[in-house]
Amino acid sequence: MPIWNREAECASTEARQKLQLERLQSAVERVYSRVPFYRKRLDDLGVKPEAITCLKDIAKLPFTTKYELRETYPYGLLACDHSEIVEIHTSSGTTGTPVVGAYTASDINLWSEVMARTLSMAGCTKDDTVQNGYGYGLFTGGLGVHYGARRIGANIIPISAGNTKRQLQVMRDFGSTLLTCTPSYSLYLAEAAHEEGIDFKSLPLKAGCFGAEPWSENMRVEIEDKLNIGAYDIYGLTELIGPGVASECEHKDGLHFNEDYFYPEIINPETGEVLPDGEKGELVITSLGREGSPLLRYRTRDITYLMREACPCGRTTVRIHRLLGRTDDMMIIRGVNCFPSQIENVLMRIEGTQPHYQIVIDRGATHLDEIEIQVEVEDAIFSDVTRTLEALRKRIHDELKSELGISAHIKLVEPRTIQRSEGKAKRIIDKRSI
Amino acid sequence: MIIKQISIFMENTTGRLADVTDLLAKANINLRALSIADTADFGILRMVADDPDRAVVILKEAGLMARETDVIGVEVPDHPGELARIMALFRDEGVGIEYLYASLEHKADKAVIVIKVEDIRAGLAMLDKHGFSTVPSF
Repeated sequence: MPIWNREAECASTEARQKLQLERLQSAVERVYSRVPFYRKRLDDLGVKPEAITCLKDIAKLPFTTKYELRETYPYGLLACDHSEIVEIHTSSGTTGTPVVGAYTASDINLWSEVMARTLSMAGCTKDDTVQNGYGYGLFTGGLGVHYGARRIGANIIPISAGNTKRQLQVMRDFGSTLLTCTPSYSLYLAEAAHEEGIDFKSLPLKAGCFGAEPWSENMRVEIEDKLNIGAYDIYGLTELIGPGVASECEHKDGLHFNEDYFYPEIINPETGEVLPDGEKGELVITSLGREGSPLLRYRTRDITYLMREACPCGRTTVRIHRLLGRTDDMMIIRGVNCFPSQIENVLMRIEGTQPHYQIVIDRGATHLDEIEIQVEVEDAIFSDVTRTLEALRKRIHDELKSELGISAHIKLVEPRTIQRSEGKAKRIIDKRSI
Repeated sequence: MIIKQISIFMENTTGRLADVTDLLAKANINLRALSIADTADFGILRMVADDPDRAVVILKEAGLMARETDVIGVEVPDHPGELARIMALFRDEGVGIEYLYASLEHKADKAVIVIKVEDIRAGLAMLDKHGFSTVPSF
């Protein structure tokens, strides 16, 4: 498999650390001089940019949380002039105020570079045809892949998300060799192809870069088998840039972190203490080289660990293990982030519904995430008329749909059938084996 | 006359009906009429029993969602066309029916039909006016 940027990806530890330190120092200098929010945080801690003299000094810097990104919406953390912004992306905003990323021309350049590395790891060259099934728009997936494939010089089919019949038609007629979409959608495509009588073995498709939602090793085996391709995990987040933060090479043993642009740390989420390599904890990322929306020590809430051992592919970048979970109760359903508390709010608002509920997430026959919300029938909502209960179900469904953008199956269950646990209620049953 | 029907919310799972009827059997409660309205996920069991107050207490103690609902029990002569005559009456008088079911009871040449109407007072008054007898319990 090609290595896009041998100099950066296969650099010696000394060379890389030297570059990281230079970039970290400029990043701190940049936010201190341009972002009042960070200036205040650093002043409060008594840390001047000059205090960063080695990489370990990063621990002196304050963390940034998603909450703070929302508090400063839309431009509170902007570190460039407005005139320098060439593009804006945001998170879906379903969990509250959206997170905003501002990109300067240099940031788009950076993004193209890390995405070119990502796609190269899956074998992409300028001779390939990339069927980009990530949504184009404010979501970072579509354009992130687009820029990377553009940088490589591959042929891009900007088909965006959805429209399964057309995806299959395009794949067959244009001979796509690389597929980028969510992992669950790839299986959905496989199923649809089977129904249409399309055999993947007869197609030139050879690899897929899949991300934007959690998936498992079992799912990889299934995708590789059904689509007759190599399936690669990619990781990224809108807060940092979008896709392109880390991705798997052909050895599929952890995701190579583009650490010359994104500095990873693993911390104990309770104490904030930095953990040694190999220990599980929360992934924290600092932007190196970002101009528009650089972040210091952003707490991703994703749980993983750092793998520093050499990878047979020749890249020397540190790897993160495939994500192991979250430190909060955020659920990702069909690429949409949501929290149980949002579902609770909707239930509370609907007259009479007591918040005895449980969320069951599974991947059904379609391989797409399916969410079922079980609501106990209490005195206040019970009726001897089925029509009344069906209307209640519909109302819960519709309100959740308009609030969160997810279509859940609402199941009314008998009182006291949802397990009560001491202390924290077990609200989520995730059967997706991730 | 108003009859107290017992309405029970039940999940649509195998064996659930056995649990409920077993509970009532052990309490020596006799069922006179019953019907189930079912959807994919749940059902509502509606029944007329000889001691509805006690039945509801027992069911609730067992953790079920049960409640008494006011319904009408109409005696209908056991001949072709009798039900049609009553239905025409409801239609002509504009009294809406939520649901109905027949009882297990046979008194000589009469059957008892259990009817849940939208406005129970209007329903009772109408039946009375046209000479139909409603049963207090059965």
